[in-house]
Amino acid sequence: MTIAIVDYGAGNLTSVKKAFDFLGKPAVITSDADQVVRADKLIVPGVGHFATTRALWTSGLKDAIVSAIGKGTPLLGICLGMQWMFNSSSEAHGVAGLGVFPGKSVHFPAEVKSPHVGWNALQTRGDSRLFRGMPAECFVYFTHSYRVPLVDATVATCEYGGTFSAAVEKDNLFGVQFHPEKSGAVGMKLLENFCGLSC
Amino acid sequence: MLTKRIIACLDVAGGRVVKGVQFLNLRDAGDAAELAAAHSQAGADEIVLLDISATAEKRKTLLDTVKRTARELFIPFTVGGGIRTLEEAGSVFDAGADKVSINSAALTDPSLITRIADRFGSQAVIVAIDAKRANGTGTYEAFTRGGRTPTGRDAVVWALEAESRGAGEILLTSMDRDGTGNGFECTLTRTISDGVRIPVIASGGAGSAQHFVEVFRQGHADAALAASILHYGTTPLAELKRDLAAAGIPVRWPC
Repeated sequence: MTIAIVDYGAGNLTSVKKAFDFLGKPAVITSDADQVVRADKLIVPGVGHFATTRALWTSGLKDAIVSAIGKGTPLLGICLGMQWMFNSSSEAHGVAGLGVFPGKSVHFPAEVKSPHVGWNALQTRGDSRLFRGMPAECFVYFTHSYRVPLVDATVATCEYGGTFSAAVEKDNLFGVQFHPEKSGAVGMKLLENFCGLSC
Repeated sequence: MLTKRIIACLDVAGGRVVKGVQFLNLRDAGDAAELAAAHSQAGADEIVLLDISATAEKRKTLLDTVKRTARELFIPFTVGGGIRTLEEAGSVFDAGADKVSINSAALTDPSLITRIADRFGSQAVIVAIDAKRANGTGTYEAFTRGGRTPTGRDAVVWALEAESRGAGEILLTSMDRDGTGNGFECTLTRTISDGVRIPVIASGGAGSAQHFVEVFRQGHADAALAASILHYGTTPLAELKRDLAAAGIPVRWPC
């Protein structure tokens, strides 16, 4: 089994890789489209500005990701990677997302500090495959200024200046706004659940 | 609800943790990797590793220490102390840090904040401010070089500038309170925390759980650094978090 961590220049991917190393799951950091198509599992990570995701379109990686999805390859978007799975973001007008989930990322309202940094509680949906075997309320680590709306695919919600989608799940497509690789035992269990999914 | 973070701080020199920590079952009580893991297990929300090596020779071990500490640490991990350039920050990230904390170098050349933020994201840049009350004026001055050199800069003004240049968080240490165990500097913490839109981590002066309650409630801190209070085992993390929860402060507990 190979997990491909898609490298499109959006931040430091070392911590995602070492989480899989710790779980004993072979993962590679790659910007090679062929490797992305052939991978058994895909991670689209990312921190920073939504405009960075433009590189996914220009590099051919987006097409590789779309073909992998077509084959049923499980995909997990983390943070900016999750936001990219939606239609767009008010952070970067004119940069399209993948659009596998409906809606747009918007900035947190002015009444709360932004970025939203730290450990916040999740309320998870019982039928989620990503949160299988985990408590209905658990704490995970966030660092972000934009958030995605509640959608039918929302499997975990979080409260900060209102309720937003902390995790989405539909078929083999998954997205988490928080950082499982930085969320201690809870995050490792989630990554383990993702590794255990079949195509 | 977003919880208030308790951040465990490890001071290292020459790759060794300088202040003792009373954990059971450690093979080597001076090993940063083992101590960081023990703090994480005990319920720390984040780890800060501060290199206080006095010599360049001793500093060479830092990257190796960061690498070994990061390997099996799955909570946010910040490294600070002596980082002067974008390249040095880059090697610390490559070694496995999630954030860098910069202090003297940022005051000398504030554009460093922006350059690190542009390359690695604002969430990866903490600007550390060592502040000391100026006699009789009600203001606070920022110091560099581990509190040895006054800069003439007002700490509040500097915090606002650091934010506008791209800092993701402020780590505010009160030099007046540091090491006293008499409680955090709540007034300055509140002024800065209310003035910026980014999280503020309070540091210096923690002696009891009540001091943490005060800095969260009166000081409006988003997080607080715990060093000697944890190191000497007077207040274990679990006890501290239980006390905070009992006082109505939102904390990650149980983890």
